[in-house]
Amino acid sequence: MTVEVAAARLPTIRRSGLSKEFHDGTAMMGRNLIAYKRVPQLLVFSTIQPIIFVLMFRYVFGGVVQKSLPPGVEYVNFLMPGIWVQTVVFGAIAAAIGLATDLKSGMLERFASLPVTRSAVLVGRTGADLIRNVFVVILMLAVGMIVGFRVGTNVIALIAAMALVALFGFALSWIFATLGLAVKDPETAQAAAFPVLAPLVFASIAFVPANQMPGWLQPWANNQPVSAVVLAARALVNGGPTAHYVIQALIWCAAVLLIFVPLGVRTYRRAL
Amino acid sequence: MPEGGWDDAVMDAAVKVEGLSKRFGDVHALDGIDFGIAQGTIFGLLGPNGAGKTTAVRILATVLKPDAGHAEVLGHDVVHDAESVRMLIGLAGQYAAVDPNLTGRENLALMGKLAQVEPSAIGPRAAELLQQFDLMDAADRPVRTYSGGMRRRLDVAASLVQKPPVLFLDEPTTGLDLQSRHELWRAIRTLVDEGTTVILTTQYLEEADQLAHRLVVVDRGAIIAEGTARQLKDRLGGTVIEMTMAGEDDIARAISLVEPIAGAKVERDGLLLRLPSPDGSHLLAQVIRRLDEEGVLPATVSLREPSLDDVFLSLTGHVAEDATAAEGAQERAKGGDGR
Repeated sequence: MTVEVAAARLPTIRRSGLSKEFHDGTAMMGRNLIAYKRVPQLLVFSTIQPIIFVLMFRYVFGGVVQKSLPPGVEYVNFLMPGIWVQTVVFGAIAAAIGLATDLKSGMLERFASLPVTRSAVLVGRTGADLIRNVFVVILMLAVGMIVGFRVGTNVIALIAAMALVALFGFALSWIFATLGLAVKDPETAQAAAFPVLAPLVFASIAFVPANQMPGWLQPWANNQPVSAVVLAARALVNGGPTAHYVIQALIWCAAVLLIFVPLGVRTYRRAL
Repeated sequence: MPEGGWDDAVMDAAVKVEGLSKRFGDVHALDGIDFGIAQGTIFGLLGPNGAGKTTAVRILATVLKPDAGHAEVLGHDVVHDAESVRMLIGLAGQYAAVDPNLTGRENLALMGKLAQVEPSAIGPRAAELLQQFDLMDAADRPVRTYSGGMRRRLDVAASLVQKPPVLFLDEPTTGLDLQSRHELWRAIRTLVDEGTTVILTTQYLEEADQLAHRLVVVDRGAIIAEGTARQLKDRLGGTVIEMTMAGEDDIARAISLVEPIAGAKVERDGLLLRLPSPDGSHLLAQVIRRLDEEGVLPATVSLREPSLDDVFLSLTGHVAEDATAAEGAQERAKGGDGR
C-alpha cells in the first residue's frame, strides 16, 4: 500500500546502479576534498613529514646505507620510491580519523537516513584520499628531483610507478576506513594506526636493503606488502627486471581491496 | 485531514508503529511500542534521557533496524523498503551533524545532492533555507566559525532541504537560547501548515505543549501515557503548588492543615511539599492564610505549571531519572560486540 502524500516535496531524481554510485560517491568525495582546501594544515602536515624523511635519509643516513648498495646504485634513487610509498601509507591514517570523526559527530547517522548508496561514504573518503595521494606523490617527486633523484627509465614507467603507489595508498585507505569505523573514535583510531604501520614501513626495504637487517627480520622485510610495492616502483623508475615485481605489487593491492572493500562497507552498516 | 486525530486517519497515516522493540545488550531500549501519526500533524515523544525516544526515531529514520515489530512511513516498511522511506524523510539527530569545514550553503547543497534533489532546485532551496533560519550573513563562512545555536539551526535546515513529507527532529531545541527556540518552533509550524508531518522528541513538557498535536510519554522503552499535553497537565490538576518547610515538625503540621482544605493528598519530598491543583492560585491563597493563622509559614512558596517531572512522578511513581543506564548500554553494545 502506498499512502497519498500531502506535502509538496522538491523534485527528485531516482538514480540507480553505477550512475547512482558515481553521483553519491563524488558528492561525498567533493565534501572531503573541500576539507583539504579549507584546512591546508591537513596537507602541509602530510607533506612536511615526508620531506623531513627525504632530507634525513638522503643526507644523514645516506652515506652509511650507500656502502651496502650494489655498485652503481645511487642511494637517492634507491630511497625516493620508498619515500613515495611511505607517504601514502602514513596518509592512509586520514581515512580512519575522518570516518571515526564523522561517526562521532552524527554525520554518518544523517547520511544513513538519506537515499545514498551504502558504499558512498567510504568511496567518498577513499576517493578523496586517492586524489590527495596523487598530489602528494607528485610533490615528493619534485622534492626528490631537487635532492638529486633521476629517473633511470622513461616517463611512462615513471607514471606507472606513481599510479602503482597511488593504487596501493587507495587500497590501504580501505583498511584504515574499516579500522576507523570499527574503533569509532578518532584518537583511538590514530593511536591504533601507528603500531600497524610502523612494522610495515620501517621493517621494509623502503629505506635500507634487507641484507643490512638481522636474519630473523629479513623474511618479513622481503615479503610484506610495503616492500613489494617499493620493489616494483624502484624497478619501474630505476630499470632492471620489472614485470615480476609489478605483478606481485598488484596482487597485494587486489588482495587488500577484495577483503577490505566488502569488510569496510559491512563495518559501516554496523557502526551506527 | 480528519479532525479527530490519527484514529480517524489510519488509512493515510504518516507513520504506523506496531510492537517495535530494540535491545542493546541486556537493556530494552524499546519494549514493544505502538502508535500512529496522522499526516500534517506534529507528534511528540516525551521522556527523559534514555527512555527510548532516540532509538524510536533512529528506527523510523532507517538508521537502526528493530529486533521485533513493524514500522511504516507513508506506507513503506522501514526495514524492507528503507530506500523508499529515505526518499520521504528528513532527520535532524541529537548532534548538530553538519560539516565544520563546509560553509553553511555548501552543507545544505551537499544534503540536497544526497537527498537526490534535482540539481537546478538545490541552489534556490539552500538560499531560501538560509534566509528562513537567519543564516544569510554567515552563509559563505565555514561552519566551524558558527556559534552553537547557528550550527543547530543549520542542522535543522539541512534536514529540510528536500522538503521531506515526514520530518524527524530529535531534541531540536536542546542548547538553543530562548529566541532561537521560538524561531525554530515557528519554522516547524510553518512546515506543518504546508503539509509536513513532524515527529519530535523532547524532554520538555513546555515544548510538547507548544508544538505537538498529540504526544506519547515514554519511560524505559514503553509508552506510559498518550494524549495532548493539555490532557496530561489536566490529569495532574493544571498547576502545582510547592512549599519548602523550615523543619520536620512544620511538615507534619502543614500536611494536616493543608489536606482538609485541598481535599487531596500532599506529596512529600524531604522538606518539600507538592500539591497538584486545578485552581492553584485560589487554593494557594487559602493555604497560606491557614498556615499563617497557625504560625507555620513555609520558607519558600511557588505556583507553577506541571513539568515533565510531575508527569513522571504521577504516571510512574518515580522521578524522571537521567537514565544513562540505557544509553550507556547502547554505547557499550555499539563499541563491543560488532553486531
